[in-house]
Amino acid sequence: MDFRALIVIMMSAVLVNNYVLRQFLGVCPFLGVSRDFKSSVGMGFAVIFVMMLATTVTWPIQIFLLNTSGLEFMQTVVFILVIATLVQLVEVVLKRYFPALFASLGVYLPLMTTNCAVLAVTISNINQGYTYAEALVHALGAGLGFLLAMVLFTGVRTQTESADPPEAFKGIPITLISAALLSLAFFGFDGVIENIFR
Amino acid sequence: MDTIFVAIISFSAIGLICAVTITVASKLMFVKVDFNVEKVRKCLPGANCGACGYSSCDIYAEVVSKGEVATNLCLPAGEAGFEAINEILGVKTSEGLAKMTAVVQCLGDTNTVKDKMKYVGISTCFAAKQLFGGQESCTFGCLGLGDCVAVCPSDAICVKGRLARIHPDRCSGCGVCAKVCPTNVIAIEPEPLHVAVRCKSKERGKAVRQKCSRGCIGCKKCETVCPVKTIQVVDSLAVIDHTLCYGCKECVDVCIVKCIL
Repeated sequence: MDFRALIVIMMSAVLVNNYVLRQFLGVCPFLGVSRDFKSSVGMGFAVIFVMMLATTVTWPIQIFLLNTSGLEFMQTVVFILVIATLVQLVEVVLKRYFPALFASLGVYLPLMTTNCAVLAVTISNINQGYTYAEALVHALGAGLGFLLAMVLFTGVRTQTESADPPEAFKGIPITLISAALLSLAFFGFDGVIENIFR
Repeated sequence: MDTIFVAIISFSAIGLICAVTITVASKLMFVKVDFNVEKVRKCLPGANCGACGYSSCDIYAEVVSKGEVATNLCLPAGEAGFEAINEILGVKTSEGLAKMTAVVQCLGDTNTVKDKMKYVGISTCFAAKQLFGGQESCTFGCLGLGDCVAVCPSDAICVKGRLARIHPDRCSGCGVCAKVCPTNVIAIEPEPLHVAVRCKSKERGKAVRQKCSRGCIGCKKCETVCPVKTIQVVDSLAVIDHTLCYGCKECVDVCIVKCIL
């Protein structure tokens, strides 16, 4: 297995193709749960967990079930169904066996059942033609990228909340503007990873 | 036509498998829910004010239902809520609800206290406090920019003439305002509150007089006149111990600057 290729996949998912800031997926929790540090970290770890889990299950389904029976066009609907079920199942299991973990993560899990970033990760795993290991690493990278974006944006947001913007910019507008600026900053990573590991 | 049948059948099969798994899992791993928690939660106001010492009403409902803590900790729920919780949990307690109220320990509005500058900036007490202690010359008093108004869950505070005023009937005594106030000018005192010193300035009498016409100058007249000796002047500021005060209001009459009300 090419270890370097895995690192490139992971780092590019974290920085260059950051799912929130470069591809604008999963923006809803990104704006909704980034008010305070604790909940944004909780959400970030929940996303990492669900992305990994979803990839673990959807990759074999696509390769061994859909591709072999010529049902590639059902990818989206099957993936949504499977991911939603998985998340619900995890919630039930956590509630029963790990109440402490459920208390800290449980609020964010239902938000993830139909999160577009999770679906996008699983679909792009297939589209990029990744192997199973590559797909898992890509999912981990995407989750870490989400966590990074959340934590960074929480820092920005605590500043904008205590600032005094013009009346028209108060609340959501200033939040969206600062999100756009953060996103622009991430465009600076263009081509960095590919050249480092060349 | 074949493909569509295969698609429908396989999709239904996947759906069925998912449905069965979830159903079985939720039956196997059923967690017993204490229905009292929900009932108790409905008696609580849901302001998540933190007066009970827990971060949210949900958590307090949970610990109360387990019988771990006293039922009288929720002040905003009031007497009615306290009794309702006792009824749900079947608790008999001789303790009543310890009712508290917030007191702004300052009378420095625009007429009484002199300004040392004109503050034009972020309109919160927190921000104003950081710039030389705010607009007013007295740094102990109320800044009157309404940080407390913004957080009050029962809408009991208003600011008039740059001084926060508390509506005694509406105040539930939860203490959120006292926590958020950057000058710590709001005190949470037990009801019934007969008198309170409405000043926090620890400066000497002359300095206080130069800044504010209603500040405590530490003349000790109230200390002498109090029949139960519950007032003490510490750092040229009168302090009342409310446990002994029975409300004779001698101190109110004798106070020169009328800062005991």
